[in-house]
Amino acid sequence: MNNTIISFALLSLVLVPLLSSLGLLFSSSLVHVRNIGIFSSVLTFGISLFIWGFHTPFDPYFVIDPLNFSFLREDFYIFFADGISTLFVVLTSFLIPICLLSIQGTVDREKEYSAALLLLQGFIHCIFLIPNVFLFYIFFESVLIPMYFIIGVMGSRSRRIYAAYMLVLYTLFGSVPMLFAILYLYAVFGTFDYFQLVTLLNLENGCLSEDTKRLLWLAFFMGFAVKVPMVPFHIWLPEAHVEAPTAGSVILAGILLKIGTYGLLRYSIPFFKEASLYFSPMVYVLSCIAIVYTSLTTLRQIDLKKIVAYSSVAHMGYVTMGLFSLTSTGIAGAILIMISHGFVSSALFLCIGVVYDRYKTRIYKYYSGIAQFMPAFTIIFLIFTMANLGLPGTSSFPGEFLVILGTFEVNALASVIAVFGTILSAAYALWMFNRVSFGALKSTYISTLSDINTREFFFLFPLLLATIFFGVYPNYILNAIHLDLDTILSVGSSKDTASIMCTIEDISKISFSSCVDPYADLKTYLRSDGFLKEFFIHVRSGKMHRVISLFDTDTMVSQFQNIYFFKYKTFAEITNGGDKSLARYAICQC
Amino acid sequence: MYLALLISPLLGAIFSGFLGFALGGKGSSIIATCSVLFSFLCSLVAFYEVGFCGDTCHITLFSWTSSSLFNINWGFLYDPVTCVMLIVVTSISTLVHLYSTSYMDSDPHLSRFVSYLSFFTFFMLILVTGDNFMQLFLGWEGVGVSSYLLINFWFTRIQANKSAIKAMVVNRVGDFGLALGIALIFYTFKTLDYTVIFASAPYFCTQDFYFPFLGFQVSRIDLIGFLLFIGSMGKSAQIGLHTWLPDAMEGPTPVSALIHAATMVTAGVFLIVRCSPLFELMNWASNFVILIGALTAFFAASTGLVQNDLKRVIAYSTCSQLGYMIFSCGLSNYSAAFFHLTNHAFFKALLFLGAGAIIHSISDEQDMRRMGSFVRNSPYVYSCMTLGSLALMGFPYLSGFYSKDVIIETSYNSFFVDASFSFVLGLLAAFCTAFYSFRLSYLTFLNKPAGFKHTFSNFHETSSTMVFVLSVLCVGSMFSGFVLKDIFVGMGSDFWSNSIYLDPNHRVPFTDYEYIPTSIKLIPIFCGLSGASLSTLFLHFYFNKKIPQEFINSFEGSIYFKLYKLVVNFLGERWYFDKVYNNFVAKPLLNFGYYVSLNTLDKGAIEIVGPYGASYIVPRISKQLSILQSGYIYDYASKVLLGLVLVTLPTGFVYTLLMIW
Repeated sequence: MNNTIISFALLSLVLVPLLSSLGLLFSSSLVHVRNIGIFSSVLTFGISLFIWGFHTPFDPYFVIDPLNFSFLREDFYIFFADGISTLFVVLTSFLIPICLLSIQGTVDREKEYSAALLLLQGFIHCIFLIPNVFLFYIFFESVLIPMYFIIGVMGSRSRRIYAAYMLVLYTLFGSVPMLFAILYLYAVFGTFDYFQLVTLLNLENGCLSEDTKRLLWLAFFMGFAVKVPMVPFHIWLPEAHVEAPTAGSVILAGILLKIGTYGLLRYSIPFFKEASLYFSPMVYVLSCIAIVYTSLTTLRQIDLKKIVAYSSVAHMGYVTMGLFSLTSTGIAGAILIMISHGFVSSALFLCIGVVYDRYKTRIYKYYSGIAQFMPAFTIIFLIFTMANLGLPGTSSFPGEFLVILGTFEVNALASVIAVFGTILSAAYALWMFNRVSFGALKSTYISTLSDINTREFFFLFPLLLATIFFGVYPNYILNAIHLDLDTILSVGSSKDTASIMCTIEDISKISFSSCVDPYADLKTYLRSDGFLKEFFIHVRSGKMHRVISLFDTDTMVSQFQNIYFFKYKTFAEITNGGDKSLARYAICQC
Repeated sequence: MYLALLISPLLGAIFSGFLGFALGGKGSSIIATCSVLFSFLCSLVAFYEVGFCGDTCHITLFSWTSSSLFNINWGFLYDPVTCVMLIVVTSISTLVHLYSTSYMDSDPHLSRFVSYLSFFTFFMLILVTGDNFMQLFLGWEGVGVSSYLLINFWFTRIQANKSAIKAMVVNRVGDFGLALGIALIFYTFKTLDYTVIFASAPYFCTQDFYFPFLGFQVSRIDLIGFLLFIGSMGKSAQIGLHTWLPDAMEGPTPVSALIHAATMVTAGVFLIVRCSPLFELMNWASNFVILIGALTAFFAASTGLVQNDLKRVIAYSTCSQLGYMIFSCGLSNYSAAFFHLTNHAFFKALLFLGAGAIIHSISDEQDMRRMGSFVRNSPYVYSCMTLGSLALMGFPYLSGFYSKDVIIETSYNSFFVDASFSFVLGLLAAFCTAFYSFRLSYLTFLNKPAGFKHTFSNFHETSSTMVFVLSVLCVGSMFSGFVLKDIFVGMGSDFWSNSIYLDPNHRVPFTDYEYIPTSIKLIPIFCGLSGASLSTLFLHFYFNKKIPQEFINSFEGSIYFKLYKLVVNFLGERWYFDKVYNNFVAKPLLNFGYYVSLNTLDKGAIEIVGPYGASYIVPRISKQLSILQSGYIYDYASKVLLGLVLVTLPTGFVYTLLMIW
């Protein structure tokens, strides 16, 4: 594929939203505003899909300097898009048109609102696409500017000012230590570049001691934990959600929360591997508290938006738990939850917005029995509620399940508590759905009730499709991020990987020579008969799994998997006494 | 064909649900019924091919979720266990669809109702045909949601809302165990495919595979079984997690017949039978299974004695019969459990649908104390219900006789303490079963009319559709035991082939029950007959005032009366399970959510330390600081002087000290 086209596409992912937001401010008529907004956001979505389409497992990422533009150092890349960041860009650009559609005719300052949303989109794309710690920090903060306006100006009640302050101050407060850490890294290594920092920080005899790295990890963690939000820092979120207008909540829940977890995944874990492992019990504790404690709080909320907001905190608890399980299963699950939460909680906020437009209140005691007058809406609301409680078949389930599996291998107690959270999530999600949709209809509101109109259907339906599609076929995401996960988990020289390999007791006989292919010896060994026996034992004792996750080559993993399945199926055939169909199955697997 | 039988109910649900406004109630119910009927016909073929011809079928479609070692396919496994379940599910479902078209014909939401029913059938089929645990979990949760929707079908009633949420949440407690069990299975086997797990399970039993949890060393296989069984307890309403089942009777009666009697609640039994290779290898976990099953059988039967709601009696009866199946599984007697499952599906559906016919005829009155003498109004329903009751209590040569007696006899035949325990409780439960069945029959049909006049004057005939459905189920209840006995539990039957695994070293072979003395074999029948006759005689004497007044007076004065009242209260309060759960589990959690986490922390401590604290302290500090800036030059000069003194004085002091030293 021609590199220039992709460079141009990546550049336009940032420029199109920014320029169109500027253009919106100068357009006079409302029709123009709507047309420009929808057109540019759909165009951006198309471009992001284009980039997503060029991702293949064999060509994992693009590192691109479109303008040959290097103002800090020679090897400074402007754009970088691997599977994970492209995924989040696609999610962002998928949600923005939906937001723009949802504000049409429901708010006063539609022009400024749309401009703020597009500006936000541009900044968020920068966060996901630019491999530079300092610029990451800058855009991490600059997201607050449009968000401040969306909540503080477009919100509905006078408390909105307080909520906007809280959002801004909390994030600023959290990210001050992160800024110091970034500057410290620059002082030591003389670069802000992501790739260089990753390599330098993971050197065997690096110039930072492990204690320093742990402090730096904490500083980064402060910034991200506020944004995620993790439990002691979470109270800005319900406030902000309640005061924000519908589209603001959608962006907040759908994308802004993901910036925190994306930061943990992209910066904390690859930069400070040992520290991440060291602090993972702390993260488990915070995540468990987030899951149980906020779920219990959710049960007693009376504001519909607060229910969804608190449940977001609980879901983010699953994400952080999965990320710091540091197994590829757990992290893959965490990413799936992030994406799925982007669909589901956004859709729930949109649903609440739909009924808010009719009732003009969000306190649940005014709601009852809307299933009688809004059947189509109730079906949609039901599906998203079920997704919220993690029903299999919806997109939340594979993620939660993978997180539980991944955490179970590392810390069973944490995963037990996480599973306990699913009981509570059923309780609050069903209770909310039941109070809104079922029960006897309150006669005061009969005249205001009408089923969803075309506009509302069109912004809910894509989310519905996505929720069900990724529930039935989550591999669409998993295949794309698989390689990048291995990269994140095993960054550093291949020598490092090899040394970790060798520390695992029973495989120490594998020798590594410094040939062109660092795994050539290993591959030969893998194909030998002696290994098959060894491997069979190791898989059963659960050691092999960790080894596999350390490799960064896809072929290696598939090699392991082939052997693994081959052996097991044959085994199954023997023990089951030669069942015909089983034998057939075993042959197919070979 | 194997896939068509799966997808057909889903298509039926989608068409009847989303096009319900265009098709109308009649049209959509015809579509849904036909789609399930089609799937039933396909199941018959599958039953022939897989069950009788022994050709197990395994279809893999495409990968569902795969991440490093975790790889799950959409795969479907049709072995004898699955095919028997297919027959049970699709046949009962077809009949219930047909029944509902008549039962619900005056309901404006008929199309929504049949759509839910088909939707449920689809998930139930997914549950039984999945070839891995994740797909089982999908079906498991899917039927839970369908059950939630169906219990909540008349959604304007607050009782229906409460019961529906309760059903889902209590089931989630069971799913808690199931999900953890699946996680542990993956942790141990690194796969979730049935074939691989069952084939390699013995290895993990022979070696010392332990799981460290909170400092304890727990045997992994036992722990897996225990956790999976928690899931079964939730779905199959075993004691402790049974509370949702009686409340679920708020739903329409066809739902109770399909979901809460014949199919969904048997999913727990299905899970255990499906995992027989795992459960065979367990030690303490299988004792736990026996204990819970036997306790449930007795508990539910005893509670059923004093219930006054027609449907609740049958619901407790279901619960009790599920207890039989579960302890039979614990005794490694899987095929008998499955046999009972099949028979139970027929006669319990018959009982429920018969009860539905009565309830429908008298405009939704469910309290048995307000019924009576319906034998004159609807003799046909009476004969159906009596037939169902007789089959339930195990009257000779009806279906329950063949399966329930086998279960009780094998529990006698296993020489373990837990088996004897289950034998005794099973007999007691058999007595109670007969007692409440005939109490139900007497109060509803034979007793003098006890209801309001308009109940009887508005009595309308049972429609021909309902009569047809009841007749089919009658035939099933009469002959399913006799016909299927040799196939399912006969000596040397190879019907189950590989799908049920029996460890020859584990328990006494269950076919030994053929050789136990006739006197023992007669005990269950004796229990049943005595229960039935006692109940009928007692009620007859009581209601016809034939008990001497002196006897009643002396009884009410004696200490036995207090005891009697105590026992009846205890049973009437359903062993106080709901009370304990409400007061000691639900309320504390809700209070914690409000008082501790919301008020004390979120709106208290965290906010005081965080934003409120800052907004309280910062203005005050700045006010204090602003006092310093008075604007007068002499004020500033004095402060500068003061500062100088404060800085120089200690310095000079220290300097002087140093000089002196």
